[in-house]
Amino acid sequence: MKKLMMTAAAAAVAIMATGFSATAAEKLKVGFIYLGPIGDLGWTYMHELGRQALVKELGDKIETTYLENVSEGPDSERSIEQLARTGHQLIFTTSFGYMDPTLKVAKKYPKIKFEHATGFKSAPNMGTYSGKFYEGRYIQGVIAGKMSKKGVLGYIASFPIPEVISGINATILGAQTVNPDIKLKVIWVNTWFDPGKEADAAKALADQGADVIMQHTDSPAAMQVAAQRGILAFGQDSDMIKFGPKTQLTSIIDNWGPYYIRQTKAALDGSWKAGDTWDGLKEKMVVMAPYTNMPADVKALAEKTEAAIVAGTLHPFKCPVLGQDGKAVECKGGANLDPGQILGMNFYVKGVDDKIPGK
Amino acid sequence: MGLLEAIIISVIAASTPLLLAAAGELVVERSGVLNLGSEGMMIMGAACGFAGAWLTGSTFIGALFGIAAGCALSLVFATLTLGLAVNQVAAGLALTILGVGLSGLIGAGFVGEKITPAPHLYLPGLTDLPVVGKILFGQDGFVYASVVLVAAIWWFLYRTRAGLVLRAVGDSHTSAHALGYPVLKIRLLAVLFGGGCAGLGGAFLPLAYTPFFIPGMTAGRGWIALALVVFSSWMPGRLAAGAYLFGAVTILQLHAQAFGLGIPSQLMTALPYLATVIVLVLISRARGSAGSVAPASLGIVFVPDR
Repeated sequence: MKKLMMTAAAAAVAIMATGFSATAAEKLKVGFIYLGPIGDLGWTYMHELGRQALVKELGDKIETTYLENVSEGPDSERSIEQLARTGHQLIFTTSFGYMDPTLKVAKKYPKIKFEHATGFKSAPNMGTYSGKFYEGRYIQGVIAGKMSKKGVLGYIASFPIPEVISGINATILGAQTVNPDIKLKVIWVNTWFDPGKEADAAKALADQGADVIMQHTDSPAAMQVAAQRGILAFGQDSDMIKFGPKTQLTSIIDNWGPYYIRQTKAALDGSWKAGDTWDGLKEKMVVMAPYTNMPADVKALAEKTEAAIVAGTLHPFKCPVLGQDGKAVECKGGANLDPGQILGMNFYVKGVDDKIPGK
Repeated sequence: MGLLEAIIISVIAASTPLLLAAAGELVVERSGVLNLGSEGMMIMGAACGFAGAWLTGSTFIGALFGIAAGCALSLVFATLTLGLAVNQVAAGLALTILGVGLSGLIGAGFVGEKITPAPHLYLPGLTDLPVVGKILFGQDGFVYASVVLVAAIWWFLYRTRAGLVLRAVGDSHTSAHALGYPVLKIRLLAVLFGGGCAGLGGAFLPLAYTPFFIPGMTAGRGWIALALVVFSSWMPGRLAAGAYLFGAVTILQLHAQAFGLGIPSQLMTALPYLATVIVLVLISRARGSAGSVAPASLGIVFVPDR
């Protein structure tokens, strides 16, 4: 038994040694830290598709590693450091809660390049990136306003953080352009991922008269409920048309591949710099799934709205933006709210029939 | 369908997986074994149950797959704790970690697939009755199974000799052993039964609740089931009350939010836990301290003939 273990240990050392020498000399090692399982069909799944696109494009020059199911907070520091210690030169940490741990590891390993998604802290060797998802939400609002027969929309929200709040606001601002009296019911489920609870929330919204369901949670459960009830819904993170062929109007798709390819190319040719990337429909970091289950005029309106946002002639948060009390919000960006106001949004606009939790 | 009716149907659906898993765990703990692996057995039941239903197209066979998966995983636990006398807490936690990982592996190929949800009972005339029709006569098989299960467990524990022996083993394994009862065999059967129930509870999720499989879709329901067993003072009737109460508050808080009552959602989300704990503790207090307490041998390793 002892002999066997010694042999196994020796073999393991040999494998590790060859592993290092083969990669350190030739290929750039790129690491990814994922929040959920790669099969969540949502947030993590889309980052994984991004990684796969990267491998497809640059597979002969790089080697990638990913760690999935890494919980947010201090615990993630170990996982990030593990990648740093095992020769990874470029590390993507793909959730908001990895912000401080990434920063800590980045300071410890100044030669390694770090990229953190959806956060606001950076360092000379740590850049940030995120998508302007509110642009897609605005288009969904326009569609929902047109498609809702009862004029009541249902919104399943996760946590009261700025990204979710700006999504709710963009939705109702879009919907108000086609139906000024539109109503938006919000349910906070306080989780990103609990299919059962997401389904329960969708049922509750439908039972109370909402006939278009939208979500800021990760599973296709709400889409299935909407399909059973014969009402309409929007997908989230990925194209969920499979779960509601007659239900899905469109879906906001997170498209990380082009960014991962761009940054990795920069790391390969030495031009990488810690940046602060915030891309939207124009740069195709946010992509809309095909517009389905709607009449031609609504589809045309959605396409027109999308084109205007891409062209820069339409901004979802064009001033004046009215707060819930009807007073105009201070406009720091000139014609529109400035990025800081959107990234830190902590107020509802006029027309949202809800209170932000904890405020 | 009226709002009240819709709410009650949602409540029953939300409570059923908890009730199934908790009922099994109650029998396990009554035999003196603490199996903290509920979450792992549930998610295995979910993955294998979905696989079974997807491969055969039958919800019933899927449910059997789920039960088998829960039993198989609980057999690992039984081998460790009953056969090798390993610490039950450590083994149970390990079982959860194993189940979550293994189910992800098994289910990986099924992510993104969908199946037809479990059929609902339809009795012409009865199911069409106003208000109560769909609630009483229009549920799926899992719901009826859970109700029958709890009643059967109550009858078994309090009305049969075998149930009395099982309780005796849980309260004092040395005495039961001295009387000649096969302690380890009884516990093995209890653990397997608990595993099967947890597997069935897990299978309910992808087969009836949300008809698709995603890794981690039990989302902590196994832990809630464990807590329900403790707060019900190991009594089946209170367990059912606790499970339905938990489901009811979960659903009602969602409706309260949709109505726009303006109560902070964090508080609302915590409410099911708070309400269930308070009510079950109050029931225990009202019955006086003479009510059932934890099985005396709960969690203690038994090694015969040492």
